[in-house]
Amino acid sequence: MTWGDTIYLLPEIVISIGACLLLIAPVMRRGGGVVRASGAPSGGGARTAKWTMLAILVLTAVAVIASSGLVADVAQTKTFASMFALDSFAIFFKLLFIATMAMLVLLSDDYLAASRYSAWEYYSLLSFALCGMMFMVSGVHLAAIYIGLELLSLSSYILAGYFKNELKSTEAAMKYFVLGTVSSAILLYGISLIYGVTGTLNLMRIADAMSTLVTNDALMFGIMLLGAGLCFKIAAAPFHVWTPDVYEGAPTPITAFLSTASKSAAFAIFARIFYVGMHHFRLDWQVVLAIIAALSMIIGNLAAITQDNIKRMLAYSSIGHAGYVLLGIISVSEMGLYGVLVYSVVYVFATLGIWATVLMLSKHEYAGEQVSDFEGLHRRAPLWAFAMIIFLLSLGGIPPTAGFIGKYFLFYAAVGAGFGWLAIVAVLMSAVSMFFYFRIVMAMYLRDGDGQAEVVSSGGLKLVAAICLVVTLLFGILPGPLVEQAKISGGWVAKRVAANNAQR
Amino acid sequence: MPSTAQYLMLSATLFAIGIVGVIIRRNMITVLMSIELMLNAVNINLVAFSHRLADLQGQVFTIFVITVAAGEAAVGLAIMIQLYRLRSTVNVDEVKTLHG
Repeated sequence: MTWGDTIYLLPEIVISIGACLLLIAPVMRRGGGVVRASGAPSGGGARTAKWTMLAILVLTAVAVIASSGLVADVAQTKTFASMFALDSFAIFFKLLFIATMAMLVLLSDDYLAASRYSAWEYYSLLSFALCGMMFMVSGVHLAAIYIGLELLSLSSYILAGYFKNELKSTEAAMKYFVLGTVSSAILLYGISLIYGVTGTLNLMRIADAMSTLVTNDALMFGIMLLGAGLCFKIAAAPFHVWTPDVYEGAPTPITAFLSTASKSAAFAIFARIFYVGMHHFRLDWQVVLAIIAALSMIIGNLAAITQDNIKRMLAYSSIGHAGYVLLGIISVSEMGLYGVLVYSVVYVFATLGIWATVLMLSKHEYAGEQVSDFEGLHRRAPLWAFAMIIFLLSLGGIPPTAGFIGKYFLFYAAVGAGFGWLAIVAVLMSAVSMFFYFRIVMAMYLRDGDGQAEVVSSGGLKLVAAICLVVTLLFGILPGPLVEQAKISGGWVAKRVAANNAQR
Repeated sequence: MPSTAQYLMLSATLFAIGIVGVIIRRNMITVLMSIELMLNAVNINLVAFSHRLADLQGQVFTIFVITVAAGEAAVGLAIMIQLYRLRSTVNVDEVKTLHG
């Protein structure tokens, strides 16, 4: 490693400095006075914080694009003792995270301004979480991935409890913290066993070591514990129990964050660790993950039917979506990788659009969260109701929305890998999911609302919904560019693995 | 000099005690201590393997795990203090506003 290598870390450096800046800025503004997190409403301050955060995100995106110019140089993409790779796969996800984060800032704006809590610390924590996500998708070493994951998790625990005078929010933080740290410990125990057997923590070298090993109990135990920890992070059944409670109790923009950015980061590392590191032992873990995927799809989609709280319904639906993405990881094929990449994008945009609609209805802290709040929405806000239908169709995987393209890749990959039964379960459960998605559509169009939930749409929410709508429809009708990019980014990882296997 | 297997037994025992503690104890402070126990079991594993493999990566990783554990304890205690302010209890069972 030389000092010149730090250029690869440029985006992470920019966002870290930005996060620290957001933390100290209010102190500087008040001449070194004490900042009270629950002080007076900080109307003007919240707006300044928003623009500062957006500026930092733009700078980070520029840094990612600038550093992506270096990707062409294959030999140089692994730096810091082979811990950190700035490859096409990482850049794909980094840009997705930055875009998601920018939309989350627009979603949080009014919600925060109406609350009593400081916007500066909130955006600072979001920036640290973004730094963790960017670091972990670049990690090609289990220690680097773990540190990124913990930075994301610790920020998320605090953000879940950000409305600290609300019991619901604090309770959500407590549940998330206890279950999250236990799962991290389980994941770490798995890592320690894998290290003990293979003698390395680098994913590529783990794969090398595994290619010469026969199945061995300690190693299998390690892989299973690592998988269990990761399944918790993506909220796959039976490790999903925290999801509905945390999603319901957390402030709504944070629920949006947990169900989009944080989840797709976990998908990315899950795919990278298992595709790059564990592919030699796939026959041993594929079946276990297939059962977990089937359970997630069945439990998630069936439990969602009976939910009346929209945050809980979306929590169960997101458990089902974790099951779909697992199909791509189980298949251990290039097609599966493309599926994970495409589905992450599709899922993030459709879900963010739905959260924008939910936030439009929630006037203050926990209002507008029942399915009944959507009643008669087509008369009060026809465009929002229409957009909501498109997002729900996309999550259900109906053409011509982008969700169809994502599911097509994942199901195709599962069939190609010999998991036809799993694809059948996935298709059936997609049909079940349309049932509860249409409960919302029915409430919006067929029931006359008494208008309990007031429609308060701001420019930021409209912009987010418009972007999500355009992306969802555009990639549904013209999937070409997204699929091409996924093939380049996923293909990069696949090529490196194939080249490494051919070398020996 | 104990063998690696003995260290692994110790670490597995500590990890099991930690998991059982998280599951059966209702006091949040004890739960936090159990989580720390699980992380330290991992550290023993990593250092034992590191010594056996004559490879420093495991020991370096241990330093990181200790750092993260400190951060986790800080966040956990902060959440706990807030919970105590709102409910005057740190018993996990008595906090159940969210159904599920």
